[in-house]
Amino acid sequence: MEAVPVAEECSVDNPVIVANNLAKIYKMGKVEVHALVDVSLQINRGEVISIMGPSGSGKSTLMNILGCLDLPSKGEYILDGEPVSTLNDDQLASIRNRKVGFVFQSFNLLTRSTALTNVELPLRYAGISSGRKMIAQEALEAVGLGPRIHHKPSELSGGQQQRVAIARALVNKPAILMADEPTGNLDSKVGQEIMDLLLNLNKESGTTLIIVTHDPEIAAQTQRVIKLRDGLVEIS
Amino acid sequence: MNFGQSILEALESLNANKLRSSLTMLGIVIGVGAVIAMLSIGAGAQSSISGSIQGIGSNLIFVSSQRSDAVRNPKPLTIEDAQAIADPLQAPSVAQVAPTIQGSLEITFGRESVTTSVSGITANYSQVNNETLYQGDFITVEQNYERASVVILGPTTAENLFGYIDGVVGQTVRLDGQPFRVIGVLNSKGGGSFGNQDDRALVPFSTAQMRLIHRSPSNRLDSLTVQAVSAESVITATDEITQILQTRHRTAVGADDFSIFTQQSILDIANTITGVLTVFLGGVAAISLLVGGIGIMNIMLVSVTERTREIGLRKALGGRKRDIIIQFLTESSLLSLFGGLIGIFLGWLISVIVGKIAVASGTPFTPVVGLDSVLLATLFSTAVGLFFGIYPATRAANLEPVEALRSE
Ligand SMILES: Nc1ncnc2c1ncn2[C@@H]1O[C@H](COP(=O)(O)OP(=O)(O)OP(=O)(O)O)[C@@H](O)[C@H]1O
Ligand SMILES: [Mg+2]
Repeated sequence: MEAVPVAEECSVDNPVIVANNLAKIYKMGKVEVHALVDVSLQINRGEVISIMGPSGSGKSTLMNILGCLDLPSKGEYILDGEPVSTLNDDQLASIRNRKVGFVFQSFNLLTRSTALTNVELPLRYAGISSGRKMIAQEALEAVGLGPRIHHKPSELSGGQQQRVAIARALVNKPAILMADEPTGNLDSKVGQEIMDLLLNLNKESGTTLIIVTHDPEIAAQTQRVIKLRDGLVEIS
Repeated sequence: MNFGQSILEALESLNANKLRSSLTMLGIVIGVGAVIAMLSIGAGAQSSISGSIQGIGSNLIFVSSQRSDAVRNPKPLTIEDAQAIADPLQAPSVAQVAPTIQGSLEITFGRESVTTSVSGITANYSQVNNETLYQGDFITVEQNYERASVVILGPTTAENLFGYIDGVVGQTVRLDGQPFRVIGVLNSKGGGSFGNQDDRALVPFSTAQMRLIHRSPSNRLDSLTVQAVSAESVITATDEITQILQTRHRTAVGADDFSIFTQQSILDIANTITGVLTVFLGGVAAISLLVGGIGIMNIMLVSVTERTREIGLRKALGGRKRDIIIQFLTESSLLSLFGGLIGIFLGWLISVIVGKIAVASGTPFTPVVGLDSVLLATLFSTAVGLFFGIYPATRAANLEPVEALRSE
């Protein structure tokens, strides 16, 4: 039994994401757009990955599929042991709720609600009713926003808003955290703070990080870079 | 997701768009208000009309002669007909018979003169017709026997002739030029639903027949008011009267030269008319409620479009279709529920005002806001909110998360 933690350390044997021959085709009238052509990849638990590539190369499309926001047109995808391709809308919603945390470039907070209520939202969809405020508050404290929990997004800076978004993404203790250009709307100093926060969270709780970015400095801080071009993974 | 939380969240989002929410609600307020007002005014009218029909007397049957092409030799109603109907052996269900003969005559006092309806009546008239006196006495059997020159005036007639009512009894007026002593003044019956019943005069039947209203044959009369012994015997009494008159007038089957109405049948007709009227008015009001509902749907659709990104985000965070539907349905139902509650108050206010105006203009008429119409309005308006919320809500729930998140 002592072998188990050793096995978890051994990343090769413990993939959280397994994608085989993913393709995504958008049909626009008679024209077909091949956003993803044939992508296979494996990401291990606790890894920090960045996805790079020129605009239109399919980064966001891949991200959406890996985050279970969208289904691939072809191929097989297994997230944390669950084959996703066959699930219906509500089952996908439940997977997203439990296993995936999203951080967006434009924060995407509910503007009418306080930081606390925003962070509570995934807990509500998870059906957690008791101790919800406590859990949400802890998540906000973990991202350094303890004193700001009752502020609305309009009363927070961009960096603080992104911290709220990160707290919200992590509040359900997901297996993976997906960030699509999380620093894209921030200046480089604040962007680096957010990056530090994400890396720190990965170190402390072992959450797998997948970051889409255009910024080579951000990519340089990750353990592995996946490069996309025209819907294919570039071998570097 | 728990229910209280959904309501709080819905209130929050309705509150964020106060003006829009209130305007949307206004449609429901007006719709529900109109429904409540119309139903209560209809119910008020119904009870006012049936009240005045019941005020005429109790267990009454009205008999009048009727000309019809089907009858070859129509005979008028006569005193002998009245006597036959009053005979307890022939018509055991009949309690009393009050024959009347009616004409329009000129009454003068000094220089004042008015033309009004004069009825020749018998001593039991007051009993049968629920008539009471303000001052003086009713016409007696003796006065009828003696063909006395006495008259009872309606309050309006007295007012028109004398300019006052008190002290009119004992004065002498002229009917058709002949002197008549005023022996009484009727109590006011108010405008009622059948025009003014206060402008008229009553004289003894025999007097009217011999000296005022000339009919041929001379034993002819205009109408008979018959009172049955009880409410249950009205139908039997009607049959008995029909039997007697058919025999006496020797009419063929199905070709009567007289017509019979019971008080109940008039009441039924009036109730049917006011009922139809209430349904009609309520229906028109319900259409405005429907329009209010469409207003809700319209605004909810706008709201779904505006909040596409929010919906996408909620789905990304794990919101299921059900959660999104509940969220939007809660908003639309709350809108219509609040609108409905305010509308009930508004409808109540309108009906109270209408009642006040009616009283001020002399028609006693009390609109009734029934618990049933309040419940109906609340249920109906919430149902409208739910129904018209379903389409926008399902539209929101069916948005693709990726598409929704990309929208600006
Ligand atoms: N819903 C859609 N319908 C049609 N085509 C789409 C759709 N979504 C993406 N595409 C196309 O798929 C391709 C990949 O798009 P994607 O958004 O994944 O690019 P990206 O790598 O994220 O680009 P960027 O760096 O600009 O965000 C593009 O050519 C895009 O036009
Ligand atoms: Mg992108």
